[in-house]
Amino acid sequence: MSTLLDVRNVSKRFTMGGLLSRKTVDAVQDASLSLSAETPEIFTIIGESGSGKTTLARMILGLELPTDGEISFRGKTVSHRVGRQERLEFMANVQPVFQNPFEAFNPLKRIDRYLESTAKRFLKLRHRDDLDAAMDSALQKVGLSIAEVRGRFPHEMSGGQLQRAAIARALIPNPPLLVADEPVSMVDASLRMSIVNLLKSLRDDLRVSVIYITHDLATAYYISNRLIIMQRGRIVEMGDARTVLDNPEHPYSRLLKASVLSTEDAGSGKLITDPGMAERATALIRQPGRLVARPDGRSVRVYERA
Amino acid sequence: MTEDLLKVEGLKAYYQMNYFGVEREVRAVDDITMTIRKNEIYGIAGESSSGKTSFIKVLAAAIRPPMRIVAGSVKYDFKNGPIDVATATPAQIEAVRWRHLSYIMQGSMSVLNPVRRIGRTFEDFARRPLGLSGEAYRARVLNHLERLKLPADVLNAYPHELSGGMRQRVTIGLATVCHPEFVIADEPTTALDVVVQKEVLGLIREIQQDMGSSVVFVTHDMTVHANMADRVGIIYAGRLVEEGPTRQMFFAPKHPYTAHLVASLPRIGDTAQRPALEGRPPSLASPPSGCRFHPRCPLAIDKCKTDVPPLIQVANDHRSACWRWQDVEPLVVPQRHEVMA
Ligand SMILES: Nc1ncnc2c1ncn2[C@@H]1O[C@H](COP(=O)(O)OP(=O)(O)OP(=O)(O)O)[C@@H](O)[C@H]1O
Ligand SMILES: Nc1ncnc2c1ncn2[C@@H]1O[C@H](COP(=O)(O)OP(=O)(O)OP(=O)(O)O)[C@@H](O)[C@H]1O
Ligand code: SF4
Ligand SMILES: [Mg+2]
Ligand SMILES: [Mg+2]
Repeated sequence: MSTLLDVRNVSKRFTMGGLLSRKTVDAVQDASLSLSAETPEIFTIIGESGSGKTTLARMILGLELPTDGEISFRGKTVSHRVGRQERLEFMANVQPVFQNPFEAFNPLKRIDRYLESTAKRFLKLRHRDDLDAAMDSALQKVGLSIAEVRGRFPHEMSGGQLQRAAIARALIPNPPLLVADEPVSMVDASLRMSIVNLLKSLRDDLRVSVIYITHDLATAYYISNRLIIMQRGRIVEMGDARTVLDNPEHPYSRLLKASVLSTEDAGSGKLITDPGMAERATALIRQPGRLVARPDGRSVRVYERA
Repeated sequence: MTEDLLKVEGLKAYYQMNYFGVEREVRAVDDITMTIRKNEIYGIAGESSSGKTSFIKVLAAAIRPPMRIVAGSVKYDFKNGPIDVATATPAQIEAVRWRHLSYIMQGSMSVLNPVRRIGRTFEDFARRPLGLSGEAYRARVLNHLERLKLPADVLNAYPHELSGGMRQRVTIGLATVCHPEFVIADEPTTALDVVVQKEVLGLIREIQQDMGSSVVFVTHDMTVHANMADRVGIIYAGRLVEEGPTRQMFFAPKHPYTAHLVASLPRIGDTAQRPALEGRPPSLASPPSGCRFHPRCPLAIDKCKTDVPPLIQVANDHRSACWRWQDVEPLVVPQRHEVMA
């Protein structure tokens, strides 16, 4: 089996603040995962706000260098400074869709210009007709068209339209790996399902692997092959998505599942978290623990008793 | 006994643009009439690009070209006096902002200045309206951050040093630290994990109850509406098509679009494909005639193509704009057998 992406013992430490109040944040600690080149999959990252999901994604995208560990793409190490050409090649292969479409687009640049520069940069297209065709085909994949987008600035589109445009932009270079950071959090239920189904068909029909970061456990269950759950910079559970979500084992994974709101009690406002459960989920957070493999194929972080 | 805090009447707000001599008009808010009561949480849902953000921007007095109010009024009855933000001067709006009326925008980065530390932004927003001295001011802010489960050192951080969820909590903090009478929030918890989301929603409600303030919020997440809102309103193609008490909206909807919306998300353990809505979202530049939902509506009849259904009372406190509201069947039923309050 050859690997598409290999993340090995990767950590990221940020230093914050000025000279006087220097403080470090261990955003990601000792994370390992790998995706196969033969079988495309949707690999989901769920976890706490601030647990390092975006940081891990940014390292995979080569936008941030790991403090420790190594990331390789098709056997080639990418987690160090590389030349311009090599970097461009890598970037064509691993395309991002960011968390917030309002942040992803430059507010002063027209959307079509943005797509056009992607097409020029990665596909080396020059002619008007070729550029339009490439943009339109990418936009059609997400249910938009060049006619709807042309001449518009980001603030003239709704959140949903903008997010679909962002996915279209990422699809322009036909990348084998898409890193989608909360791509559906800003769209309505119908569109959410259509974008999630789009990711599914990218995997099944175009053989694109997707790293899907989300807070939505229901869509994670619906489309993922495997997933990891992160808490405070560490992977606390990893395995087959259905196995883990049907029956989460780590206390944080359990808390996560128990906190999902439902519509069944509509109108009666159930917003209380079981304090015992929350307590168990954070009790051992400072300990590193270690990931242990279970017979059903998942790995769970376990701790020596405190 | 329920007093109104906000009365919106016949509101129309359009984006009017001119591209190389071609006029383009997007009728994002097209004749909305509604009221928001004192001390209630009102949730707004609806399709992407149906005009939800545009509508609450008007409520928040954050109207900027090319958006223009074409008709109607938006009248608040604040403690410091009534104001119609549709016609108020910038100085009058300035006098109510943050202390009486606050707005959490969609996409939390937009209010956070990237080159200003969070602590500075708090000072810009809250120092003057709070009117507290150095120590008391600091204590108030720190206490507020703690309620939002944010560490005190976020005050020293720049926005890019925080995770998406932390930034979103910061903006909620900014909008609530002055305890305003009316809070408007656009997708306030979408960037949060479900554990923190639940906490933050609980907190918004706690603050709302402490203050007796009113909250209007927009989100696509119907589970949030189910657990937060006292009433829910549904916007389709720039219009309010249904509103009512939360439980009734979920289990006895009287508009086909609402029925679709509350049934469209999968749950954990569910891998069945959900029915997507047929057809394309309507264009707000040239919306369909009659009922704007007719090209996609499973119940549509000939009359729907020509006659605009008025928003009428269909049950106690419940309004719908559908010619066939009596024939709408809920697509989900309550799991438990509870008596409707
Ligand atoms: N450039 C940076 N400088 C300093 N600290 C940072 C930087 N980027 C991220 N961090 C910190 O690293 C941690 C992880 O942040 P990250 O954005 O990866 O979280 P996340 O899991 O994506 O969260 P969310 O679900 O809220 O988006 C946070 O504590 C954050 O404050
Ligand atoms: N500044 C603007 N200039 C021109 N058109 C705009 C502007 N802002 C929004 N629109 C258009 O107005 C319509 C309504 O947009 P709005 O942002 O209000 O939708 P929304 O319901 O909030 O959608 P979402 O759920 O995706 O956030 C859309 O067609 C959008 O493209
Ligand atoms: S008025 Fe007609 S088209 Fe509109 S929602 Fe009702 S049945 Fe459907
Ligand atoms: Mg993130
Ligand atoms: Mg919006």
